[in-house]
Amino acid sequence: MKRVIFALPLFLFLALVVLFMVGLEHDPRLIPSPFIGKPAPPLSLPRLIKDDQMLSRDDLIGEVMLVNFWATWCPTCKGEHAVLMEIADTNEVAIYGIDYKDDQIAATAWLERLGNPYRAVGFDKEGNAAIDWGVYGTPETFVLDKDGIIRYKHVGAISWQDWKETLEPLVKQLQEE
Amino acid sequence: MTPEIGHFALVMALCLALIQAILPLWGSERGSLSLMAVARPAAYGQFVFLTISYLALTWAFVNHDFSVLYVANNSNSALPLMYLISGVWGSHEGSMLLWVFIMGGWTMMVALFSHSLPETTVARVLSVLGMLSVGLILFILFTSNPFERLIPAAVDGADLNPLLQDPGMAFHPPVLYMGYVGLSVPFAFAIAALIGGRLDSAWARWSRPWTITAWMFLTLGITLGSWWAYYELGWGGWWFWDPVENASFMPWLTGTALIHSLAVTEKRGLFRGWTVLLAIIAFSLSLLGTFLVRSGVLTSVHAFATDPTRGLFILAFLGIVIGGSLILYAWRMQTLRAVGEFKPLSRETLLLLNNVLLVTAAASILIGTIYPLIIDALGKGKISVGPPYFNSIFIPLMIPLFLLVGIGPLVRWREESAGKLWRDTHNILIAFIIVFAASAFLLMRSASITVLIGLFAAIWMVVFSLGYLGKRLSNRRGLAAFKGVSASVYGMVIAHIGLAVTVIGVTFSSAYSLDHDIRMGPGDEKELAGFVFRFESISQREGPNYVANVALFRVMKEGKTLVTMTPEKRIYNVRRNMMTEAAIDTKLTRDLYISLGNPPEEGDKWAVRLYYKPFISWIWGGGVIMALGGLLSVLDRRYRVAARKRAGMKTAHNVKSISVNPA
Amino acid sequence: MAGLERDPGALGQTITGRMKQITGILFIFLVFFLNAFVYAEDQRFPFKDPEQAEQFRKLTKELRCLVCQNQSLADSDAPLAHDLRKKVFLMMKEGKTSDEIIQELVARYGEFVLYRPRLSKQTWLLWFAPVIVFIIGVFVITYLVRRRSGTSDIGERELETAHKLLEEEE
Repeated sequence: MKRVIFALPLFLFLALVVLFMVGLEHDPRLIPSPFIGKPAPPLSLPRLIKDDQMLSRDDLIGEVMLVNFWATWCPTCKGEHAVLMEIADTNEVAIYGIDYKDDQIAATAWLERLGNPYRAVGFDKEGNAAIDWGVYGTPETFVLDKDGIIRYKHVGAISWQDWKETLEPLVKQLQEE
Repeated sequence: MTPEIGHFALVMALCLALIQAILPLWGSERGSLSLMAVARPAAYGQFVFLTISYLALTWAFVNHDFSVLYVANNSNSALPLMYLISGVWGSHEGSMLLWVFIMGGWTMMVALFSHSLPETTVARVLSVLGMLSVGLILFILFTSNPFERLIPAAVDGADLNPLLQDPGMAFHPPVLYMGYVGLSVPFAFAIAALIGGRLDSAWARWSRPWTITAWMFLTLGITLGSWWAYYELGWGGWWFWDPVENASFMPWLTGTALIHSLAVTEKRGLFRGWTVLLAIIAFSLSLLGTFLVRSGVLTSVHAFATDPTRGLFILAFLGIVIGGSLILYAWRMQTLRAVGEFKPLSRETLLLLNNVLLVTAAASILIGTIYPLIIDALGKGKISVGPPYFNSIFIPLMIPLFLLVGIGPLVRWREESAGKLWRDTHNILIAFIIVFAASAFLLMRSASITVLIGLFAAIWMVVFSLGYLGKRLSNRRGLAAFKGVSASVYGMVIAHIGLAVTVIGVTFSSAYSLDHDIRMGPGDEKELAGFVFRFESISQREGPNYVANVALFRVMKEGKTLVTMTPEKRIYNVRRNMMTEAAIDTKLTRDLYISLGNPPEEGDKWAVRLYYKPFISWIWGGGVIMALGGLLSVLDRRYRVAARKRAGMKTAHNVKSISVNPA
Repeated sequence: MAGLERDPGALGQTITGRMKQITGILFIFLVFFLNAFVYAEDQRFPFKDPEQAEQFRKLTKELRCLVCQNQSLADSDAPLAHDLRKKVFLMMKEGKTSDEIIQELVARYGEFVLYRPRLSKQTWLLWFAPVIVFIIGVFVITYLVRRRSGTSDIGERELETAHKLLEEEE
């Protein structure tokens, strides 16, 4: 009895060490989306370029796609944009964009200058769509399956490596489902 | 060249720390006086080299040596001298060096002020401290070398984080580290006692002044940090239950418990197993605090250095230090025979209850801080544990503690009878009821339940502490009465009153604070809590390394100007980030606080926050009073007299303890 | 995570690549989201009564500002916090209760958004651990008092004498 009691602090501490070892491998700033496995939230935005038309959730159903939140004021998005262009060139997956809290003229000019990887871009001036989708910063990218169910969320810029190692295999798998 | 000298000195310090860790301990096992005698010179030498190393880094800062990577990252040629000196601990590498430097300082103090102790004890204590130094210096040399060169040298530095360019922040880390590191001394005493297999009241008596000194610095450090957050972060909060704050608060709570439990062990020889465990826990929590901050395991407002390799090193270090001590503990405790009796109603039982409350509070904070990590590690997602959780756990634990703070000192050691206690305290109780009723009556208009509870606790602690002091004084007459009471009694009473002062500050400032969050331009006025804030003008001012927008506010009451206040919005030239410099007008019973938002994009209407915060300075005032109480206790002549007495018997004692301890 | 950008407000101040490289994203958290705030809503939320204002205050204190990582929605001046406060206000105006609002935010951002974790299978230990620790403590005291009151053994007497000697010495 006595032996156990005095060793108790040691056991508690060992448990703590194990915990920290696991904890070191986790990035405390990555927050998983609660939407994984759920239908994409409602969406109703004017389009960035043809702003008399709307982009709604119905547009996001029917094929596997990436939905990318971006903005011109976000330097990281600029780096990501080049990767998105390459992905678009592969023609493997449709990319939809949501331009977050941006200036419409600047955003249009950006796409003209750097190229447009997006099938269509929703213009989220007030940031309401971003809140509905649980986005907390740009860039963030959702992977939707054919039924419009969110299957994955990538936080931060997508690198070519991310595409090759994570996103492309997932997209292929979803396309075969 | 200087950085290389610093680097070399650090390596030399490591060598001496190794010697200090190994030889004396070996000597104490073999009973070799000459090996044990190595401890002190090694400790002095180590401190000399650490000082050289530390000064070398300071030198690099003061002379703008941007060929040193750390300096280039954390300094700038336009930085004022004060921040060049404090810039040394402005980021990870330097603050670790400061940590080791302070560790060396404590070690030297132990070496200097331990001549009354048996040589074996000194040898073991210094050896344990040496082991800690070895680990920390290795950590610096391998993962966080502040002397690393930058080739080619930078033209100018990237500047010190502007958040840290502030007098409060300049002094906060050294003071806090003095506290953190100071807890290594009672830890070393505990380990030494465990190694020697002798836990007795002498051990408790030696540990006590060191523990109280460390606690005093910890109290001051936390107070300074809270005050800094209040005026520098610009939204008027003073405690956020942030992981880094928690990391400093847990050692404080367990350190406080340790001070009280050491009292029992010294006076009555009880709870030895518990006290030694507390000494280990208190220091372990200091180390854990470092781990939580440095490793990136927990993201936090304050975490300015996060790096998994460092985390792994610290984790290994923690594993060895804490794990090793706990193994030693589990092993040595098997043979500890419980001695002494104690009764349900006695000082020692109440002190044990105090320990339970403090340790429960510390444990809750630990659990709250790491719980999100547990959930994440188990793959169950991410959760947040924030102020609402901590407040709802912490406050209910503190209320019974406050009651104990008042009544505890009046209860006799060994055994108290309810009848005697009543006879001793009923006058004080009546005084308490009168004071409490009168203050509650004065506040009647606005008192809520929380205010009444806070008021109750604070008045209870003050009246009973004074009542206790009165009883001690009444033993003799006239001036002799004051001299007849020992410094540690005054210290205790003052520290307890300090706690009451903090409680008043917390209660009133959270219940009665008022604020406005508005847009104002020159000429605008806004009334708050009877004060009229008039935005007079806005002007530009150039500082040494920043440009500031300075707003001039005139504060009026009943038509008369009370004070003019000048909140600033600064843009630091190098990092281009904006800093809020709040303007604060402090009076004994209230603060007025103005802070500016970002400059208006158009027009001249600034976002302005106005706060009226009654009694808020009492929060930190109480902290300073508590620390003063600690200081008085340490100065108690009991420790010195006992020290001198024993110094006389030293030689005889040495021989004896060696022969008693062949193992 | 590195390179994840926040809202337009934060980007008002561009920083040089070098500095960014050196201090990393944490610095951005530290400075931009704590200090470079745009406070004060352009128009204060028009609450219909003081109770609603109080409800709003309470609610935003208990919600986490996601981008600041360690600040409540009420304290934060990050643009996203601003937007979320507006969202909370609009939901309140629609007549939603605090619970419903919390539910909606959890549906979007997960439990992470709550500073006061809800009692669940995963958090019961968090909430009950303090109680458990305290009860164990009290139990141990009671046990010790029971066992050790009135059993004066030799150790005790020895100690007593030693103490007396010490006192005399002083």
